[in-house]
Amino acid sequence: MNDLYNNQVGHWVIVVIAITALLLVVLTATAYTVWLERVALGRIQRRPGPNRVGPFGLMQLAADGVKLAFKESFIPADADKLLYLLAPTIAVGSAFLAWAVIPIGLWYNVQYWIADINIGVLLIFAVSSLNVYAIVVGGYSSNNKYSMLGGIRSAAQLISYEMALGLSLVPTFMIVGSLRLRDIAEYTVHWGWYNGAIPLIILTPLGFVIYLIAAVAETNRAPFDLPEAEQELIGGFLTEYSGLKFVMYYLAEYINMITVSALAALLFFGGWNLWIIPPVFAFLIKVILLLFLYIWLRGTFPRLRYDMLMRLGWKVLLPLAIANVVVTGVILVATQG
Amino acid sequence: MADEESTGKPEHPTPLRRPGERVPAKPEGKRPGVAADVAALAGGLKTTLSEFFRPVVTTEYPEEKTTRSERYRGRHYLRRYDNGLERCIGCELCAAACPVGCILVIAAENTDEHRISPGERYAKTYEINMLRCIFCGYCEDACPVQAIVLGPEYELSDTSREKFIYTKEKLLEPLPPDVEARLRAPSSPHPGPPPKGGRGQADPLPDVEREKTI
Repeated sequence: MNDLYNNQVGHWVIVVIAITALLLVVLTATAYTVWLERVALGRIQRRPGPNRVGPFGLMQLAADGVKLAFKESFIPADADKLLYLLAPTIAVGSAFLAWAVIPIGLWYNVQYWIADINIGVLLIFAVSSLNVYAIVVGGYSSNNKYSMLGGIRSAAQLISYEMALGLSLVPTFMIVGSLRLRDIAEYTVHWGWYNGAIPLIILTPLGFVIYLIAAVAETNRAPFDLPEAEQELIGGFLTEYSGLKFVMYYLAEYINMITVSALAALLFFGGWNLWIIPPVFAFLIKVILLLFLYIWLRGTFPRLRYDMLMRLGWKVLLPLAIANVVVTGVILVATQG
Repeated sequence: MADEESTGKPEHPTPLRRPGERVPAKPEGKRPGVAADVAALAGGLKTTLSEFFRPVVTTEYPEEKTTRSERYRGRHYLRRYDNGLERCIGCELCAAACPVGCILVIAAENTDEHRISPGERYAKTYEINMLRCIFCGYCEDACPVQAIVLGPEYELSDTSREKFIYTKEKLLEPLPPDVEARLRAPSSPHPGPPPKGGRGQADPLPDVEREKTI
């Protein structure tokens, strides 16, 4: 295996196989995230959720996928055709790209991820901010007022919350001293008698709270789903999209949701380290619990008004995040010199 | 300030302002603090989580069915006497009572050789257009011999319009035994007259307990 990996051709073969496998894993995970969401929301509203297709409705997404694939591929009159077609691919492409650097686990000395680069978190942020282009371009090119409004809202929202999102993680980087996701997940402390890994949420609880709120806003999920806002904007930027183009946006939304959950698990909960549970499963458990938290939030809170959203982003989260950075810095200097 | 809040007055007691009038300043200290806000959010999360663990209330229709009233008005039935004679005497009162005119009755004379019903006449043709029927039950009320009744079935979908014209043959299908028993019970508002020309003795049907779901 090692020989093959170090061989120039073999290396690429392995990487391509790994990429394909990861694509399949993420796609499957996305399908079951949608299932989980529908069932969990159903249970919150005391309904059973999808339970017709397959056992426990597990094949629901396959049925939905087939249905959507056979929908008419529709391009609105006077739409900017190129941009209209390009926008969903940006969404889904950027969503998948982030998974190149997300470490799923380290098990028996085998790394279950594609690339172990030293600016992992930075890359994820860079790639996930491409999502705003997908939404703005989709909204602009559809030649529809609702789409346009959704796109504009989204641009403002994503830019506002990206600041808080980035700053909420700075204390983590300061403590760990690395942007490599593996280093952050494997962060260990030497506190007197205790030597070992700790979840970083103990050290930056405020950072986690800010990250959580900003990440919900960043993925356009309820209660921050203003770009879609069915009741006022029909479907926002999604209004004119149907069939497989809609699937791409939908897929991107759920992949992003899994990405931010995985990132939270890595950055705040110690990634694949959890007691005696095997690494990959430990990571999975953490991601599923965080995804449930997202769904729970969606099932509980009503959508924020636009001015409330902006006020929360700029007047609460951003100052808190900056204060968190400063306080963490001061404590670090005081304790480590 | 606190007193005003506790009396339950709205935040802005004067909804209309004259032009040029300034918006009155909000009293200080009325907004709940951050701790109260967070507690409210946590309260919401607690509510939804407790709902999550409570049982589902959905009736999964094709498999499960809800109970219906005894007096539910579903598809029609034409009844017979115990000796096999049809109750319907072809009087057409049901057709007259029908608000949408979905009942067609064509009567014919009974003869001693060819006796269909105990009366003078019988319904040669009896058709109900179920697409028009509004299930009001007026035909049942109008019928002097309790020949037509509305049974409990409500799943009447079919694949062509023609199949919704219920002919006499279909309407004469026997009623579900529990419904028939209820109609014969002395407490029923329509116990029905004793069969006129009937020779057979009306034997009481077994007291079938009505099933909850049909």
